[in-house]
Amino acid sequence: MQHVGPMSSVARFTETAEDGRRVLRFQGDLVLPKLGPLPTRLERLKGRNYVLDLSGVGRMDTIGAWIVHRTARQRESEIVGASEGVEHLLRQVEAADQPVKVRPDPPPAFTRVLGQVGGATMLAGQTMLGLLGFFGAMLISIGQVIRHPRRFRLNAVVQRFEVVGVHAFGIIGLMSFLVGIVIAQQGAVQLRQFGAEVFTVNLIGRSSVKELGVLMTAIMVAGRSGSSFAAQLGSMKLAEEVDAMRTIGVSPMEALVLPRVFATVLMMPLLSFYAALVAIVGGGIFCWIGLDIPPITFVQRTREIIPMTDLWQLLWKAPVFGLIIAMAGCFQGMQVEANAEEVGLRTTTAVVQGIFLVIVLDAFFAVFFTSIGWI
Amino acid sequence: MSEEERDIVISVRGLRNSFGDQLIHDGVDLDVRRGEILGVVGGSGTGKSVLMRSIIGLQRPDAGEVEVFGVPMLSASEAAQQSVRKRWGILFQGAALFSTLTVAENIQVPLREFYPRLSERMLDEIAAYKIVMVGLPPDAGPKFPAELSGGMRKRAGIARALALDPELLFLDEPTAGLDPIGAAAFDQLTVDLRDRLGLTVFLITHDLDTLYTICDRVAVLADRKVVAIGTIPELLALDHEWIQEYFGGPRGRAAEEAVEEAEARAEAAEGNSKG
Repeated sequence: MQHVGPMSSVARFTETAEDGRRVLRFQGDLVLPKLGPLPTRLERLKGRNYVLDLSGVGRMDTIGAWIVHRTARQRESEIVGASEGVEHLLRQVEAADQPVKVRPDPPPAFTRVLGQVGGATMLAGQTMLGLLGFFGAMLISIGQVIRHPRRFRLNAVVQRFEVVGVHAFGIIGLMSFLVGIVIAQQGAVQLRQFGAEVFTVNLIGRSSVKELGVLMTAIMVAGRSGSSFAAQLGSMKLAEEVDAMRTIGVSPMEALVLPRVFATVLMMPLLSFYAALVAIVGGGIFCWIGLDIPPITFVQRTREIIPMTDLWQLLWKAPVFGLIIAMAGCFQGMQVEANAEEVGLRTTTAVVQGIFLVIVLDAFFAVFFTSIGWI
Repeated sequence: MSEEERDIVISVRGLRNSFGDQLIHDGVDLDVRRGEILGVVGGSGTGKSVLMRSIIGLQRPDAGEVEVFGVPMLSASEAAQQSVRKRWGILFQGAALFSTLTVAENIQVPLREFYPRLSERMLDEIAAYKIVMVGLPPDAGPKFPAELSGGMRKRAGIARALALDPELLFLDEPTAGLDPIGAAAFDQLTVDLRDRLGLTVFLITHDLDTLYTICDRVAVLADRKVVAIGTIPELLALDHEWIQEYFGGPRGRAAEEAVEEAEARAEAAEGNSKG
């Protein structure tokens, strides 16, 4: 039963039989906030040829009008008792009642899976090609900058030095310090088992300089700078800033990509060397406190056991990793089109791609350096 | 509440807004009556959009009072404000469609938010007829905003603004960036909606044609306040330099003549059909 009184404006209808026809008498306000269960009740109607009596209706909005119109159409019914305003509304929604696509039609499952696999393969291929093309375009603009050194944007590069390098000192130092301690502590536990505790120094020194320093730094730089490159360039692309640049005659490659790549390539060796150093300090402090190896002995041993080739490895790898991280970031940023969501996606891709490529290349480097005798 | 007060949909009193030491508004008073299309004009940087943002609660003013449907928006509870939000629709300057949702899903967002019990089928039907009503092509539903042209995006934005059948509609430069045909169609749409649904429209615009053809009253923002409000003939009778320059310039006169011509033609057509 419907309530009367204060609730009387709630939309409702009663069903009666008059002259052999079923009459639905609507009452209350047929407006969205007052609809309640009315649409569901109307959907449960069976049969056709009703009379929809709107004479008791108070206010009505387009949604109310739509519901009446739809019921009339589905049940092949007649609308009576509509006031002039309501009549007007009904005509409006009737005019708007056209077949409209609301959802994209879903393709069949098999085609969809096939399409997704194909799409992913295409995407991977296109990304590789795109990255290669991007690398080529970068080399060309490097060539142009070398021929016209005035076009080198020193200010932009110095600014990137600060963002990529100086601002990263704190976090990279802290991280390397902790990693140094962990390596020392875990190494010592294992080496103690066969009385080779003193070789902890070798472990710390060589692993930090050869692998950990540069890898940890690369991961941190990919997370800090690679992602920010992608996001920056991506939002610039969205705001048509990159297009504006091109029309003014400024090459985005020279103005945006080169400074970032150059700064990262230059900062990576410095940061990696610093990270290796801090990791050794961290390990040294653990050796002093935990293993009673005095700092003077630790430094002496470290100097003896780290060959110069380890440092060369670090200095070779770091700029290459920097190049890859910066390129992945800038490339993904420049690929942004369409919407804001893509900026996020591309940023994630830039970091994942950067770190993945760094680790793959690190494996190649390890094999290569071993084979040339830099053991 | 007196009869007259009930007919005021938006009431702004003594509004003051500033950014840093830059004073944007100082003592803005404005009343918007039920069922009217109020145009808001003013030079660039006079704070038209800021005024709208203050009314809809996106910008907290330094001082002043804002009442919408008699609810004091600055002091009312969250629940009271939410009930007001159900009754208005807003079209932002860039349409502000959610870029990750399709047009149909965009239209359904307010419906889902305020009426979670509506069935999925009902939601689709509402989205479908709203799409037709604002003049979008029937295949626009599953498209993403990035796939639409500027004019279509505006139409989709207005469809979303109208999703809840609001009583009050805010339009921020709806015809900016549209071609004259699209702009005229948009003006017609606004008038249609007002006549059909009894909307009150708060319209920020620079489009003189829009001002002449559809606005019942025009409020002029200048010198950090509303310097004048009234019909265009009333404004033209005022001796205010900016208003004279705005409406009396070559563009203003052209728009006026166009309206007069259209009216004359309409009268002639009426005469013919009667005769």
